Amino acid sequence: MSRYRVSVHIVPRKGILDPQGKAVADALHTLGFRDVQDARIGRHVVIDVAATTSDAAGDSVRKMCDRLLANPVTEDYEIARVEGLP
Amino acid sequence: MKFGVITFPGSNCDYDAFRTVVDVLGEQAVYLWHKDHDLQNVDVVILPGGFAYGDYLRAGAIARFSPIMQEVAAHARRGGPVLAVCNGFQVACEAGLLPGALLRNASLSFLGQPVHVRVENADTMFTNRYAQGQVLTMPIAHGEGRFTADEDTLDRLENEGRVTFRYVNAHGGLDDESNPNGSMRAIAGIVSAEGNVLGLMPHPERAAEALLGSSGGLGIFQSMLARVSA
Repeated sequence: MSRYRVSVHIVPRKGILDPQGKAVADALHTLGFRDVQDARIGRHVVIDVAATTSDAAGDSVRKMCDRLLANPVTEDYEIARVEGLP
Repeated sequence: MKFGVITFPGSNCDYDAFRTVVDVLGEQAVYLWHKDHDLQNVDVVILPGGFAYGDYLRAGAIARFSPIMQEVAAHARRGGPVLAVCNGFQVACEAGLLPGALLRNASLSFLGQPVHVRVENADTMFTNRYAQGQVLTMPIAHGEGRFTADEDTLDRLENEGRVTFRYVNAHGGLDDESNPNGSMRAIAGIVSAEGNVLGLMPHPERAAEALLGSSGGLGIFQSMLARVSA
């Protein structure tokens, strides 16, 4: 078994009102960032797992997202990064 | 009738619920600790308000893994009544006892205020003491109460008469100003497909005596008595 560090992004699903993201987008507009079209605020979770391969590590964290880390009703997730640990 | 009030670490309306049952209703109540495995033969389970497990990750997300929740789910599957208030509603959604999710209020503010809700279905085990369309006053106290579900789920809830309470103005009318948290279709409370689990964001246990400013919530407890005792 090797060790892997898996980073996952969890964000409100498109089409679901995200008042935090909207407030941030409005603030960015106020600051002059007029090219901002949308902002969504979610979570970034970093999990260290033991696994045989990096694919297996990613699959394991996907299962964790399905069961706990993301709410299937309102959130989407994507594995942002899988890195091997020494 | 015997009520069981679940206490999670961070629950803060458990005593209010207990007091309503014992002092106002004159019925029996016991506290059930989140690590318990035994519902002590209660007839009704109350999932109270608060901030179970600090609302870590998402409101209700961790609480649903408490040992007692296995028993609550089994009780619900047997048709046993579950009253899920505020944080309890969030826990019930996370546990899959009710559809949908409760997201951050559209205003991003925590709201503690009285609201008006309209009884949308007076033919449930939680609302049979009310009149259809009756307007009740109850307090809300939440930061995450914006009921959200996909359109199919919302349509199903409506068509099956499972929307029990909607946020309205004092005259019973729908308008955006009276929907405090931006809930879809102004939904304040729903029941499960079998009708034995009620989740609502307003606090009936804090509106069960005139002394508290409103007794609008008492009917929910009385309705359960009428149905379960019958």
